This record gives sequence, C-alpha cells and structure tokens, in this order.
Amino acid sequence: MKFIVTAAVGYSVYLLLTIGSGDAGLWSREELIVGAVFAVLAGALLRNRFIGKDLRMLNPKRWFTFLVYLFPFFFAMAKANIDVAYRVITGRINPAIVKINPNLKNDMSLTLLANSITLTPGTLSVDVDQKTNELYVHWINVDPEVLKDMPRDYHPICGSFPDWAKRIAG
Amino acid sequence: MAALNTLSYVFIGIGLFFNFVGAFGLHRFPDVYTRMHATTKCTTFGSIFLILAVIVQSAGIWAMGGDLRQSIMCIHSILALVALLVTNATGAHAMARAAHRSGEKPARAVVDDLEGKKND
Repeated sequence: MKFIVTAAVGYSVYLLLTIGSGDAGLWSREELIVGAVFAVLAGALLRNRFIGKDLRMLNPKRWFTFLVYLFPFFFAMAKANIDVAYRVITGRINPAIVKINPNLKNDMSLTLLANSITLTPGTLSVDVDQKTNELYVHWINVDPEVLKDMPRDYHPICGSFPDWAKRIAG
Repeated sequence: MAALNTLSYVFIGIGLFFNFVGAFGLHRFPDVYTRMHATTKCTTFGSIFLILAVIVQSAGIWAMGGDLRQSIMCIHSILALVALLVTNATGAHAMARAAHRSGEKPARAVVDDLEGKKND
C-alpha cells in the first residue's frame, strides 16, 4: 500500500511537470512510459521515507479541510502584509519571544502550524521543543495581558490555526 | 484579452508594492527577527501576486488559442507557487532558529521565553 501511494504521487508530479509535451492527449507517449518507470523506481526506494507511520493523510476529508483552510489563511496573510507595511512605515514595534503550547501531537500538524504562524500577522516561529511539541514564537507587537500568566493562551497569538492544523493533520 | 492584460497589470502592481515594502522593512527594522517578519511575509505575498499575473496570462492564451506550450508555463507557475509557500516559511524558521542559537538577542524585547534554554 505504501508503495502504491508513493508511486502514484510521484507519477502525478511527473505528469504535472511534463504536461503539454505532445501527441497522446496532453502528454507524449515517451513521457508517459518514462514517468511510469521512474514512479515505480521511486516507490520501491522511498516508500518508508515518504510515508511515516500511517496512511491517515489519504483521507479525502483532510484534503477538503485543507482546501477550505486556504481561504482564512489567505485572508490572514493579506492582513499580515498590511500590518507589516504599517509597522515598516511607522516603526511601531514591541517584540518578544513567547512560548506557546498548541497541544499538537505529530510532526505534520506542527509543521503546518509553524509555517502558518510565520506567514500570518505579527508572528514568526523561531524554535520548537521536540519533546513537548511547544513552539517559540517571535511576536512583533506584544499584548501585555497575555504575558501575565505562564502557560500562555495561544488564541491572541495565532488565532484558530492550531484547531485547523489538528483537523487537517492531527 | 484586454481584460486579462488589465488584471495582470493589477496583480503585478500589487506584487511589486509588497515586495518593495519587504525590501524597505529589511532596512528599517532593528534586528534579525523583525527583519525576518518583513522579508518572509511581504516577499511571499508579493511573489504570489507576480506569479498569479503569469498564470492569468498563460491560462488565458491556453484557453483561447489552445497553445499547448502555454499550459507548461501555467502548470509550472502553480508548482513554483506551492514550492515558494512551503520553502519560504521553512527557510525563515531555520534562519531565526540559527540566529537565536548563535546568541542573537531580539532587540527591544519585552520577554524572551527562549533565553537560557539549553540547546539539545
């Protein structure tokens, strides 16, 4: 099963890259054959590296959630850029590095969250504690209310992104 | 075609503006972390719009003239967009982490939770 999934993903990427090459529909016959050969080879060599412990990412519900997630993500990204433009022009910053615990269990969701944090308003992921899955986030405009209690509330920092990450890859 | 051209120009304009803001922030902010804020967010967002302009142009020609070579341009631009979104954030994270490990303190920081934590 791991072999089939890896080969299928490899073949689709190859087909995407060679689209528009020729005579048999969108692809030329040679590209289709060479792609299949290399997909089988890649699947045989890389199946344990490409797929971790289980096949939960095959669930179409997760992919659908990911596609829905792109809309609030894009909106947050636009907001982040206007925010940075404002700070570039006025120079008003009040930075800090804060520790948050998003309660995520696996690497995939943590990666997704860290990347989202970096691209959304006012935050940049700096480090991760791999034992406790806690993130250290550089926050450009600190809210003093959040700094008072020690297990920090992550909602003012990264909004609902941890919940999205849990739904997509958790 | 005129509408497509206008749309492309608008996208290029937005993209150039945000890339400019990113470059400007690089000079204006005080330390490596805040500079990273400007360069990751703004250049990613700006480049998305520049790539969108390419996609609009090539997809328009592909749909109207059926020129297969334009489809290469369109699909490859989309793949470049995905690669950019993933690698830009990851690269920024790696740089920020390396900066903190080599002892770079965040300028004007109120709190630094990471300070004094032992490197593993």
